[in-house]
Amino acid sequence: MMPNVATKAPTDVEDVLRIEDISMSFGPVTALRNVDLHLRRGEVLGLVGDNGAGKSTLVKILTGLYKPDHGRIYLDGEEVRFRSVQDAREHGIETVFQDLALVDELSVYHNLFLNREHTVGGWFRFLKNRSMRAAARRYLDEIDVDVPSIDVPVAKLSGGQRQAIAVARATRQKNIRILLLDEPLAAMGAKETSLIIQLIKGLCHQTDISVIVIDHNYTHLFEVCDRINVIQQGRVTLDKNLSEITLEELIELMVQSYRREIAQPATGTFSEVSIETSIEVTVANQSVQDAD
Amino acid sequence: MRQDQGVRLAPDSGDISSTPSAQSPPKVDGRYLATSSLRRLVDQHLQELVITVVVFALVLFFTVDSPYFFTTSNAAALASFIAPIAFFALAEVPILILGEIDLSVGEVYVLSPFLVTYFYNAGLPILLGLILALVVCGAIGCINGLVTVKLHIPSFITTLGMTFALEGIILIGSNGAPANPVGTGNLVSWLGGSTWAEAFWALAVVGVLHVMLRRTSFGLHTVAVGGNSESARESGIKVDFVKIWCFVLCALIGGLIGILDSYHIGSIDPDTPGLTFMFYGVAAAVIGGTALTGGRGTMIGASIGAMVLGILEDGFHVISVSSFAYDLILGIAILVAMILNVQIERATIRGAGHGSFARVIGLIFGRRKVPVRQ
Repeated sequence: MMPNVATKAPTDVEDVLRIEDISMSFGPVTALRNVDLHLRRGEVLGLVGDNGAGKSTLVKILTGLYKPDHGRIYLDGEEVRFRSVQDAREHGIETVFQDLALVDELSVYHNLFLNREHTVGGWFRFLKNRSMRAAARRYLDEIDVDVPSIDVPVAKLSGGQRQAIAVARATRQKNIRILLLDEPLAAMGAKETSLIIQLIKGLCHQTDISVIVIDHNYTHLFEVCDRINVIQQGRVTLDKNLSEITLEELIELMVQSYRREIAQPATGTFSEVSIETSIEVTVANQSVQDAD
Repeated sequence: MRQDQGVRLAPDSGDISSTPSAQSPPKVDGRYLATSSLRRLVDQHLQELVITVVVFALVLFFTVDSPYFFTTSNAAALASFIAPIAFFALAEVPILILGEIDLSVGEVYVLSPFLVTYFYNAGLPILLGLILALVVCGAIGCINGLVTVKLHIPSFITTLGMTFALEGIILIGSNGAPANPVGTGNLVSWLGGSTWAEAFWALAVVGVLHVMLRRTSFGLHTVAVGGNSESARESGIKVDFVKIWCFVLCALIGGLIGILDSYHIGSIDPDTPGLTFMFYGVAAAVIGGTALTGGRGTMIGASIGAMVLGILEDGFHVISVSSFAYDLILGIAILVAMILNVQIERATIRGAGHGSFARVIGLIFGRRKVPVRQ
């Protein structure tokens, strides 16, 4: 991958990914408006925003699942367009989805190699199960993820193990440059959460991978991130390094915007907005307590 | 919340002794089995093994009950009972694994010999006619797939509509009158005219489809799409492509068995109840361990399921029980098979041993301990 790294002049800010002016709407609903965003090499960027702010849409555009209405994506300074998930992967973008994208019925090693199977026989694409099993075992040992057996269906694994398999599948790729994590810690126990956070941190420090993390739990974000971006109503409204903002300030900022929304609901029916907002405020308050 | 020591990140201790190697026993926390290859075999094929036992039990029963059952002449009859059901089951398995159903394959079965006759009468060589008939069948499957996938119509409705449409086409085209299959000589005997031709075709198709489902990328993707289509999509699998091809495959097999059966029987009847035949296939697949909810099913299992139904049907003829009782037994067999499926799944796949039945199965098959979810 990337044969012409040498030609690229080392700039002050080494952006591995730059997004300019991305917009996308689903029918009458605008999910993203003119979003600009950048990601430095080896950096962990946290994306924060309320439900429906457009975070997941952004992730799905970067994954190749959605095509933006307009806007440009640059990888290492080169403009790219992703036609498919496969295409994005070939550019070194790997994603761990909220639902992990695991198939319960398939074994651990088949999940690890899903849609990237080792095959022989050209067009027929016969599976090389033995080779995949060996490679899966080797890789899981390497990054020290412990599963009872490589052959069990992933349905048998615990939440943390499944999460680890999903992360392992993304990071197994040789050409990985950017790792997208869409709410990787949702619905996880405290112990599992800390294990996954360690796994992410370890990967970032050992390798050159840049990471974008989406999470509702600001405490977790402050643990892993170098920089925080806030997305509100389809726009990036805040871009700060971790040194420039504290957890309390971030929470205060988010809560303030909710209060404004309650005062004058901009779109949607009033009841929807207020219900969602009150939930978010509760969550935010919990985060404050966590921080204390 | 279930406690978990699953994900372990190594502390920076100098623990050299724990170098991972193929020989070292897998790190097991006692709740799971080490996987020897025999254990894997039993785990993966538990349902097939159970249903094979049923087949042997049935053979034993009918052999004891009637001196005519275990004879060469009856074997041929047995084959002609089993082969069509097996074909329908094989056609449905990939579709059922996807969590879809194709009701129209029975009518494709009725249509295809008429197509062969039509092309032959139009002056084409018979071999070309056969190929064209199969192409048309594939096109019907393609329409089923496209409508289901691209227009988001549930496959049950799509193929129900297709069933009646095809039935109409057959009746209009044939004027309701039976026809004779065309061609003579070796070709006819290869295509089902000779006694064992159909059985050999069935075996060949089982072999090919089994390899396709278990040993190729396409098969793995089919199971993945059936297990969790959203996950499959996010993994970059072309979900629509997989689904459409499974519908095409199903219709192709339906067309093939239609042609074979027409030569085997020696006439083509437009009133053949295709829908009923199709449901025999679904029943065989379900008895053989295919889950209607998708994600699970095997060709071998479906074939053994077809053997159960075929042996029952033939056996009842041999010991001269009325065909009414056959339907009753079939109904009970499907229900029992489904209950077994669900219970075995609970005991093994999901790992949550609830009911007493699951525990019994756990005991029989030597679970050390069924993991309990709290």
